[in-house]
Amino acid sequence: MTTITQERADAVASALSPGSAPRARVRRSTPSWAWLGLVPFAAYVVLFLAVPTILSIGSGFFAKDGSFTWTNVAALGDPLVLNTFANSAGVSLLTAFVGALVGALVCYAMLGLNPEGVVRRTVDAAAGVLAQFGGVMLAFVFIATIGIQGVVKVFLQESFGIDIFANGTWLYELPGLILPYIYFQVPLMVITFMPALAALKPQWSEANLALGGTRSSFWLRIGIPVLSPSFLASLLLLFANAFSSYATAAALASQGSQIVPLQIRAALTSETVLGRENLAGALALGMIVVVGIVMALYSLIQRRAARWQA
Amino acid sequence: MNPLAPSRVTRSVIGVLVGAFFAIPLLATLLYTVRMPDGTYSLARWAGLFDPGMAATLKPIWTGLGNSLLLAIITVAIVLLILAPTMILVNLRFPKLRPAFEFAALLPISIPAIVLVVGLAPIYLQIGRTLGTGAWTLAFAYGITVLPFAYRSIQASIDAVDMRTLAEAARSLGAGWPTVVLKVLAPNLRQGLLAASLISVAVVLGEFTIASLLNRQVFQTAMVVVQKQDGYLPAIFTLLALLFCFVLLLVIGRAARGTRKARS
Repeated sequence: MTTITQERADAVASALSPGSAPRARVRRSTPSWAWLGLVPFAAYVVLFLAVPTILSIGSGFFAKDGSFTWTNVAALGDPLVLNTFANSAGVSLLTAFVGALVGALVCYAMLGLNPEGVVRRTVDAAAGVLAQFGGVMLAFVFIATIGIQGVVKVFLQESFGIDIFANGTWLYELPGLILPYIYFQVPLMVITFMPALAALKPQWSEANLALGGTRSSFWLRIGIPVLSPSFLASLLLLFANAFSSYATAAALASQGSQIVPLQIRAALTSETVLGRENLAGALALGMIVVVGIVMALYSLIQRRAARWQA
Repeated sequence: MNPLAPSRVTRSVIGVLVGAFFAIPLLATLLYTVRMPDGTYSLARWAGLFDPGMAATLKPIWTGLGNSLLLAIITVAIVLLILAPTMILVNLRFPKLRPAFEFAALLPISIPAIVLVVGLAPIYLQIGRTLGTGAWTLAFAYGITVLPFAYRSIQASIDAVDMRTLAEAARSLGAGWPTVVLKVLAPNLRQGLLAASLISVAVVLGEFTIASLLNRQVFQTAMVVVQKQDGYLPAIFTLLALLFCFVLLLVIGRAARGTRKARS
């Protein structure tokens, strides 16, 4: 109550005080045109980012006739749906861990390369391409390599008599996602983790040596503690990356809904899944909650990690 | 030489092992396209790209590629004509809005395409009624997909240039705002604008999720269609597309280095 009257009093006072009002009007007239410049972008982002996001999260709460319902969201507790989320999380966690470890090793090896050299530049460009490569084309590459007619698969069978599909053609099932996913996780790790590793100051290593430390004590006491926030942040990013990925799985597993994005596909392309309409919205809500939490943690840790990269 | 770097031996072991993991599938794909069922090797399948007899099988790919290239052009136009001017405006006139703007621009990273497509479906139902179901309408969605990448590239250039001084100098010499943006600011930001455009092209050419679930024919969806008739053609186009993206990224890398040099 008091604040409102205070504000009103201030407004009255400023309106009454001579001179201030005209000046304010003059100053305001220029920005009023500049504001208009923000309108196209703002309208675009609202229409194609904000509205779709709200629609996809919100649609899970409504039945087809527009009435409010909990049944779709309740479907997130269905054992079948929970199992799919567990599959998604499992594959994402495994490939994020392997990708992060291998990627960190690659970054470590890259410390020895001249940052302006040809090799380093080529590795950077290759990592950039391969990190973006997680699409249907990646699925084709693995079908050509370890598919039923795949070159490596045939080679192993003809030369060593090893049948990699002795226990079923797992490439088109859930385990088949692991190798392709690692294929795009490692380059992403290289891109996100390299700045942190490159920011380790050589002076720290010299200080460590001058104080009688060894190479291993440098990594144990200085390197790893300083890098661990960045490593954890990259790990979270990799997890979210695998969790959101759709195209590779869609091209490999043409039927079945082993992971959440494929279940969304099934819900979008057929009218009813599990006997429920608008299930896609509920699944999208579940996905965005998981990815949202992971990405929020990512930016929180990244901000802390950035302290060492100044 | 960085004193933290591992020894040459460790470096080579890591390089060879990881390099093999990445090279083997690509080499295998190349072999896959040239090995004939009788065990001989021939370039017949590559030559088949220009064989009139294959034209019917290849038609979806050419149509999809045409659509994807058109989408790439429109998406780049969105980046250059809507995103870039707004970023200049925000940095010059509304610096207080920068954190909010950055949040909006980077938000699409956190929203999986498969989630976005659930919300885009009803919107595209409306678009289909008013603007038709042409593939080009996907560019509106793609503009959002490339937003974080384009924003980062352009912002890096903006941070490297003192735009305020440039704009004030141009204004005090009598230039109007269109002249300031087109003749003074845009040339100074060209590295970032180029990188943003190239990465947008790469992302649009590789996009599958949104196009596939909204039933639009683009390069990637066409490859899935063709794969059902001929498994070798998608492998050939995959290798070509990878090569194209690699060259594109090398160009971007050079552009980014140019920016860094300009800063120092």
